Amino acid sequence: MEHPNLAAIRNLIARHKRWDAAFAVFGLLCLMIGVLTFVSLFTEMAVNGAARLDWDFFTNYPSRRASQAGILSAWVGSTLVMLVTAVVAVPLGVASAVYLEEYAPKNWMTDIIEINITNLAGVPSIVYGLLALGLFVYQFGLGQSILSAGLTLALLILPVVIVATREAMRSIPQHIREGAYALGATQWQTVKDHLLPYSSPGILTGVIIGMARAIGETAPIITIGALTFIAFLPPSPVSADPPYLSFEWLMSPFTVMPIQMFNWTSRPEAAFQSNAAAAGFVLVFMTLAMNGLAIWLRYRLRKNIKW
Amino acid sequence: MTAAAQATAPSMAFVPTHTRLASRRARVIRERIIESVLFLAALVSVFTTVGIVYVLVKESVVFFQQVSIIDFLTDTQWTPLFDDAHFGIMVLLSGTLTSSLVALAIAIPLGTVIAIYLSEFAPFKLREVAKPFLELLGGVPTIVYGYFALLFVTPLLQALIPGLPGFNLLSAGIVMGIMIIPYVSSISEDAMRAVPMSLREGSYAMGATRYQTATRVVVPAAVSGIAAAYILGISRAVGETMILAIAAGMQPNLTFNPLEPAATITAYIVQVALGDLPHGSVGYQTIFAAGLTLMLFTLAFNIVGHMMRRRFREVY
Repeated sequence: MEHPNLAAIRNLIARHKRWDAAFAVFGLLCLMIGVLTFVSLFTEMAVNGAARLDWDFFTNYPSRRASQAGILSAWVGSTLVMLVTAVVAVPLGVASAVYLEEYAPKNWMTDIIEINITNLAGVPSIVYGLLALGLFVYQFGLGQSILSAGLTLALLILPVVIVATREAMRSIPQHIREGAYALGATQWQTVKDHLLPYSSPGILTGVIIGMARAIGETAPIITIGALTFIAFLPPSPVSADPPYLSFEWLMSPFTVMPIQMFNWTSRPEAAFQSNAAAAGFVLVFMTLAMNGLAIWLRYRLRKNIKW
Repeated sequence: MTAAAQATAPSMAFVPTHTRLASRRARVIRERIIESVLFLAALVSVFTTVGIVYVLVKESVVFFQQVSIIDFLTDTQWTPLFDDAHFGIMVLLSGTLTSSLVALAIAIPLGTVIAIYLSEFAPFKLREVAKPFLELLGGVPTIVYGYFALLFVTPLLQALIPGLPGFNLLSAGIVMGIMIIPYVSSISEDAMRAVPMSLREGSYAMGATRYQTATRVVVPAAVSGIAAAYILGISRAVGETMILAIAAGMQPNLTFNPLEPAATITAYIVQVALGDLPHGSVGYQTIFAAGLTLMLFTLAFNIVGHMMRRRFREVY
């Protein structure tokens, strides 16, 4: 026998199912807005900058004439600044993480360090620029140099490296540590011979993500007063004469990719804006490649490790 | 046993006791030194915070000796580099507030819907592709978004809204909102995925649809994480610099109308840094006072976010 309200209930179910389907479509649409933005951003720059993307663009200095301007000093500057950043941020970040994960006693000092790292991750990048301007540039007298910029970006990505390293070390099961101690290893031997090697893919992922962020950072570097028109290269780090290695480049004025792009973007002439598009394309390509590498590393990591 | 091990094993027994103790002591000392070095490395982050506070407060103190704090908070003009200098931070705050509101009006609804969709609706494969993609979207340098806002979104908006100036808060805010979507969606999604399956199953067993389960069970259960995601989004929006410096113009303008150009706190700092201000001048000190204001705002948001996560954390 048929219930009198059956039709009404069926109606209700159908309506609810329509809602479900509608939301699924709506969610997909929202996701597509993100995808579409990204695609239009990428194609706009590719189309606008394609004409400028040739070998000369990478080997020319910036110029008053848009058609001859290139990004030589910018990419060399970016590379050197990244070098300083990596040399400072990786040991410091990994050492901090090892301390917090393996050594730190449970006390107020450790709490302060942990809360502090969480907070630093939320500080706007331009505030790091002000720190660098007041401290590195004037107080320490490092000037508007590659060293100042590298140190600034190192502090900026330190929380990223620390968090990634800690997560990687935390995922190593306790019995690995116990096994090492049982064989008479000291704490440092355990860290150096077991925990660090096993967590290195995770650390690498964090470092790459941090560097990808650093390479695109503009605001802190503008704040320390990097020049926008640099038509020379810093002194070479290696030379043919003894002592072969020179650190003069650390104190050299410089420009970096994002600043070069900012400079070209803020000019009214369309020709310079094509240059900006080409520089932006290179920049996005680099950060995408780095982030892609990190994502791929993490994916492989998740698949392969079985303790 | 290998030959090498046989050769070394007897010799171990003949090591005099005092030498073994000495090497053991050396080992303990070395361990201590290593621990201290690691501790010092961990302290660098504390010194960073101390350094930030020191620099901002030191320069701001000098600034506030010349400009009264009342003027700073109540003046309606911001002309620090003119002869007739006014220092009304409200002007810059209005730009920051307006652009942040536009950005959040985009990022919060879209980010939340994407998070619900990915966590509750999307097929596994789509989620595996969409999550890294959103991460990539968040990894694009902000300078590139600035370029995009100025040279792509603004002309588009000008076609829709006649008379829109070339620099405006609207286009900067929209692009900033899209930039923030990944931050909001990824943290919200993590919070929703942490809601135990049993809650969903209970809801389905009662005859609820996916949509009903998502909005009435999963979202309320994950509310602390979602709120934390919103707060992170807000603090990103307030601290964002390059998009605004490029696309919103850098003229100080006391306005809440997104169709006008205006400077934000961050854009002002960039503008001054681009110029050639002598170290120690009032103009130089203004950027530190502005930076201190910015820092206080983001600190407040961070603390609120932290408290929310602590207070409303659901334990299953």
